Amino acid sequence: MATAQVVSEKNYLNESKGLWSWLTTLDHKRIGLLYMVAVLTFFLLGGLFAMLLRVELFAPGKTIMDASQYNQVMTLHGTIMVFMVIIPGIPAFLGNFILPLHIGAKDVAFPRINLLSWYCLITGASIAFFSLFKNGVDTGWTFYTPYSIQTSNGTTFVVLGAFVMGFSSILTGLNFIVTIHTLRAPGMSFWRLPLFVWALYSTAVIQVLATPILAITLLLIAAERLLGIGIFDPKLGGDPVLFEHFFWFYSHPAVYIMILPAMGVVSELITAFSHKTIFGYKAIAMSSIGIAAVSFFVWGHHLFVAGQSEVAGIVFSFITMLVGVPTAIKTFNWIATLYKGSIQFQSPMLFALGFLFLFTIGGVTGIILATIGVDVHFHDTYFVVAHFHYVMVGGTLMAIMGGIYYWFPKIFGRMYNEFWARVTFVLIFVGFNVTFYPQFVLGSMGMPRRYYDYLPEYTSLNRISSVGAWTIGTGFLIALFVIIHGLLKGKKAEMNPWGAKTLEWTTSSPPPHENFINEPIVTAGPYEYR
Amino acid sequence: MAHGDQNQAHHGHHITPIATYAKILGLLVILTILTVAVARPVSGFDAGILNAGIAFLIASVKAAMVLAIFMGLKYDKKIHLAIFISAVFFLIVMFTFSVLDIYTRIHVESTL
Repeated sequence: MATAQVVSEKNYLNESKGLWSWLTTLDHKRIGLLYMVAVLTFFLLGGLFAMLLRVELFAPGKTIMDASQYNQVMTLHGTIMVFMVIIPGIPAFLGNFILPLHIGAKDVAFPRINLLSWYCLITGASIAFFSLFKNGVDTGWTFYTPYSIQTSNGTTFVVLGAFVMGFSSILTGLNFIVTIHTLRAPGMSFWRLPLFVWALYSTAVIQVLATPILAITLLLIAAERLLGIGIFDPKLGGDPVLFEHFFWFYSHPAVYIMILPAMGVVSELITAFSHKTIFGYKAIAMSSIGIAAVSFFVWGHHLFVAGQSEVAGIVFSFITMLVGVPTAIKTFNWIATLYKGSIQFQSPMLFALGFLFLFTIGGVTGIILATIGVDVHFHDTYFVVAHFHYVMVGGTLMAIMGGIYYWFPKIFGRMYNEFWARVTFVLIFVGFNVTFYPQFVLGSMGMPRRYYDYLPEYTSLNRISSVGAWTIGTGFLIALFVIIHGLLKGKKAEMNPWGAKTLEWTTSSPPPHENFINEPIVTAGPYEYR
Repeated sequence: MAHGDQNQAHHGHHITPIATYAKILGLLVILTILTVAVARPVSGFDAGILNAGIAFLIASVKAAMVLAIFMGLKYDKKIHLAIFISAVFFLIVMFTFSVLDIYTRIHVESTL
């Protein structure tokens, strides 16, 4: 794609030293790592709460917490995982690090706003944590009215925290859009952009367009609580279903904020480890834009049994089915890329294949839930829990893990232990299916979600699910050790250990402060294998 | 690099006369007074189902003036106008589908 760069001993990690240099850095790579530390910390915390939930659900009745505590821990798990882990996970961490390298730029367009975005995330998360822990908020991450306007005072602060974190998302999206438009290397036309960049671009559009709606909706909750203005409160003439409309207008596209970057990562991994030009480049790129566009028209499928009208339900059901089209385009193109490729089953590729398997199950069960008649039965059961975990964890977290392993040599200039990385894949993949597949069965048997107790006939499947969750937890803990071990003791990485073709692999590992010693000149597409 | 785009934006920057700003400010104040004047609790004016629509219309005109003159969208590159219009489009999508639900719900539940 471009000529290899001269290797420099001076890199972004040793360019300046000390904590202050990190906290005030304007280097997109360092800011990416700040996000990594934050997101991994939040992930450990959110994961810990997931483990506690599964301990409670190991047996019917009270095991380690009562109903109220269960609701609070569930709220902690959901709020942390959605707002602090999965939404910022790939765009803010891997996106920040890789995007400028991918397009041959020295940095993002607005480095100071980039740092501000990180501080917004940390400030918002701190406000939310303070209230979640101090006041025991138990609304779930969706803050549904009328409960959220009647329950403890802490809800106002959690909502404020999510509001501030929203700014982080908006500013990052804005930064990426401008960066992609204005800072591409010479010769880097839009049709030569790596597919991860296309995915980040589509994600950024959603971040910029949808997140302000969430911000205003959350402010309305605060106003409702503090001033009693009566937008959502039926007692004052308000409509609680309207809150769900506003909330899901953001939160359904937010699912694609979570999954589109993951799809971008998977595109990179599949082509790199198949050593083959990706099949259907333009179709995959355009399907990212297609998913982003359609995502704004489908939110009503969350409201099928919430009191939404039948007419609206039918319209939303039909449009929701359309999301399957661009998603299937991606999946078929990835499979076609694998066909006759020289496939290497390194750990990043294993996670990419794991993504394909799990996300397909998540997607197909999504179509099932989009069918109104079926959703009436499955709504608020464990079938839904299993479905969205297959999408978010089976999709996004698998891609994050694959992405971390893939770009680890570039980010840190060292290699991780491949054997133990594969062990983490096996544990996470097997553990994931053991956890969530039984939940499809539990849901179809009618077990409702969000309860700390259940009927005795659900016990055995819940036990299997809990054992699976602990297996996943073990896998992620080992992954953390693999990362730390690689950082401290890993052997020095080459410039391009995978033989990949995108621009970041033409600069040293780790890259210098301004990414490239000489400005790259792009003369071909991103995946010129064979 | 596409740095040329940035340079282009700096050249040919339109300078709006102070008098234009003053006129727009005056119009904004008048429209604000109008908003208050058509509010039912203040003036007793009642257009029924159109009350909210009238308030939105006045607010939209005010927002358009701020965007066009104060924020310079009128003199900016058309791509920026397109970006703004796309945001308005998605807002309309949100309102349209929400209203579709609310009004078909009322219709179905009505016993009249």
